[in-house]
Amino acid sequence: MKKILIALLSAPLLAFAAGAELHLDKAPDHSRDFAALQHGAKIFVNYCLNCHSASYMRYNRLTDLGLSEAQIKDNLMFAADKVGETMTIAMKRADAKAWFGAAPPDLTVIARARSSEFGSGSDWLYTYLRSFYRDDERPTGWNNTVFPNVGMPHALWELQGDQVMGADHKLTLAKPGMLKPEEYDAMVGNLVGYLAYMGEPMAEFRKQLGVVVLIALAVLFVFAFALKREYWKDIH
Amino acid sequence: MASASEKYKSDGSVAGNLLEWVDARFPAMALWNDHLAKYYAPKNFNFWYFFGSLALLVLVNQIVTGIFLTMHFKPDAALNASGVPVAFASVEYIMRDVPWGWLIRYMHSTGASAFFIVVYLHMFRGMIYGSYRKPRELVWIFGVLIFLCLMAEAFFGYLLPWGQMSYWGAQVIVNLFSAIPLIGPDLSVLIRGDFVVGDATLNRFFSFHVIAVPFALAGLVVAHLIALHEVGSNNPDGVEIKRLKDDKGIPLDGIPFHPYYTVKDIVGVVVFLMAFSVIVFFMPEGGGYFLEFNNFFPADPLQTPPHIAPVWYFTPYYSILRANTVNFFWLDAKLWGVIFMGLGVMVFFLLPWLDRSPVKSIRYRGPIFKGALAIFLVCFFILGYLGMLAPTPGRTLVSQICTIIYFAFFALMPIYTKLDKCQPEPDRVTFK
Repeated sequence: MKKILIALLSAPLLAFAAGAELHLDKAPDHSRDFAALQHGAKIFVNYCLNCHSASYMRYNRLTDLGLSEAQIKDNLMFAADKVGETMTIAMKRADAKAWFGAAPPDLTVIARARSSEFGSGSDWLYTYLRSFYRDDERPTGWNNTVFPNVGMPHALWELQGDQVMGADHKLTLAKPGMLKPEEYDAMVGNLVGYLAYMGEPMAEFRKQLGVVVLIALAVLFVFAFALKREYWKDIH
Repeated sequence: MASASEKYKSDGSVAGNLLEWVDARFPAMALWNDHLAKYYAPKNFNFWYFFGSLALLVLVNQIVTGIFLTMHFKPDAALNASGVPVAFASVEYIMRDVPWGWLIRYMHSTGASAFFIVVYLHMFRGMIYGSYRKPRELVWIFGVLIFLCLMAEAFFGYLLPWGQMSYWGAQVIVNLFSAIPLIGPDLSVLIRGDFVVGDATLNRFFSFHVIAVPFALAGLVVAHLIALHEVGSNNPDGVEIKRLKDDKGIPLDGIPFHPYYTVKDIVGVVVFLMAFSVIVFFMPEGGGYFLEFNNFFPADPLQTPPHIAPVWYFTPYYSILRANTVNFFWLDAKLWGVIFMGLGVMVFFLLPWLDRSPVKSIRYRGPIFKGALAIFLVCFFILGYLGMLAPTPGRTLVSQICTIIYFAFFALMPIYTKLDKCQPEPDRVTFK
C-alpha cells in the first residue's frame, strides 16, 4: 500500500523526467505596437513571401495595423493585383520540393503551430530566426540549432551575417551583416510580432470584446441572483 | 406526475383562445406541467445540481454553432493551390473571412471541452449521491449512453479541422480496431473507407459528426429527461421525497421546477458563461489542452508527429489503453488495451447493480466508500494526466497501478459497500 501511495504521489514528478529540453529566448511582445508590426509586415513581404505563402491572409486585412489600402498597395503588394487577395506566391510547390527537399510551409498560422511546452510560437520563431549558422555539410550551406538540418537557407543572412558553431556548441558571429546584432534582434522581433499578429488577426479585438462580455455577464449576474433570492425567500 | 387530463380553458383573450385551440389538439399544458410547472424537485439541490441543465445548455451551444460552422466548412482533404488541405483552409477561412466566424468556431471548440467538464462533473454528482440507484437505473443507463455518444461525437469532430493531431489521432484510434481478431483489419478499412485516413474518412466522419451522432444524442437526452421526470430527481440526501406527500399529493420536500429551479439555474448559467467567456475570449487554445498547438499544422500523411496525444477528455482512457503491455492468453497486448479501454467506459452501466449500500448519498455512507471514491478520483486524474505525456517505464507502471485501482473500485464495490458502516437516512431532506 505504501509503495502504491509513493508511486501515485510521485507521478507528477515524472513529467519532468523525460523529453529533450529546448531552450527558447523570449520574443518581445509587439501585439499593440503598430510601428513594429508594420515594419514586421514589410520584412515579411520582402524576405519571406517569395517562398512561403500566407494563403489565408488578405492584404487589406493589414488595415488592422493602421495602414490605408493605398499604403498597402504601394508598399507591401508585389505579388498580387487586388488588395482583397490573399498572400499567395508564384513559386510552384513541385519546384519548391525539388529545390529545397520540402515545399516551404504556409506561414499564416505558423506562430500558433510552433507553440509548445517550451514557449510560445513567437519564442520559437524568434529563437529560430537568430540560430542559423554556417554548415558546409548541408546542401544550402546553412544549419540551425532550433531546427536541426532544416531545409531552409538563412534568408536574412545579408542582415545578420554569418554565424558559426564553436566547439562549445555556442554560436558566434564570424562575419557581420548589414545590421548590428542588437538591430538584427529587434528586426526579427518585429517580424515575429507580425507573424504572431497574422496567426490570429482578431486576437486584440477578441480580448477587448471579452472585457465587454464579462462586464455584461457580471451585471446580468446581479439581476439573476436577485431574481433567485426573491423567488426562493418563501422556501423553508 | 401531474394530471394531464385537464385541458386549458381560455380566459377570452386572443392568446388564451389560441392556447385553448392548441391544447385541445396537442398536450401542450400537460407537457409544460409534467416537465416544468408541476414537476416537483427536491428543494435541497446544491452546487452539484447545476451541471445537468448546463450540459443541456452546452448541447444547444454545440448544435447552434455547429449549424453555422457547417455552412462554411468544407470536408475536403485535397490540397489547394497553396498546398494546404481544403478542409484546413476552410477552418481558417471561417476564422478570418466569415463575419464573427472566429467567435462561432471558438465557442464550438471550447464547447467541446466544456461539454466534457460539465458531463464529468454531472456523472460525479451521480456517484456521490447515488443517483444511479433504484429507481433511477434507466436514467443512469441513458446517461452513460449519452456519454458514449459524446465521446464518438468528439472523436469524429476532432478529425474535421484536418490538422496533424486530427489526422494522427484518428489514425491511432481507427488502428485500434484492427487489433480485434479475424475481423479487425477489415473493420478498420470499413471505418476509414480507405487503407489510410483520407478524404473518404474525412467525409464520413463529417457525416457522422453533423447528423448521425447528434441525432442519437438528442434522442437519448429526451429519453434521459423523460425517465428522470417519471421517477423524480434524487437529491444530496439520497432520500425519496415521494414517500412523504401532503393531502394534494405534492411531496413535502418538493418544489415546482419552474419557477424555482429555472430562476436558480439562470444564476448557474450566468456563472458558467463567465467561465466559458474567459476561455473563449482570453485563452481559446486553453494552453494547448483545448486546441492542440500541433493541430495548427495541416495534416501530413507522410510526417508522423513525435508525440500523438489525444485531447484532455480522452486521456484517462488513453492511459488505460497504453497501460496494457503484456500479451496475455495469446492475445496481443494492444487488444487487451482496447478491451480494457472499452470496459473502462462500459463498466459505468453496471454501477446501479454493483452498489449494495443501504443508503444512496455519500452523506450517510461510511468511511470505506468515501475512501474508495477518493482513491478512484485520484487515479482518474493521474490517468488523465499521464495520458497527455509520452510513455516512459515509470509512467507506464504508475498508469498500470491506477488502471488496476480504477477497475478494483468497480469490481470490489459489491463487497465494500456492504461492509461499510452507514448512518441512517433521515425522513426529510436537510435544508437550511
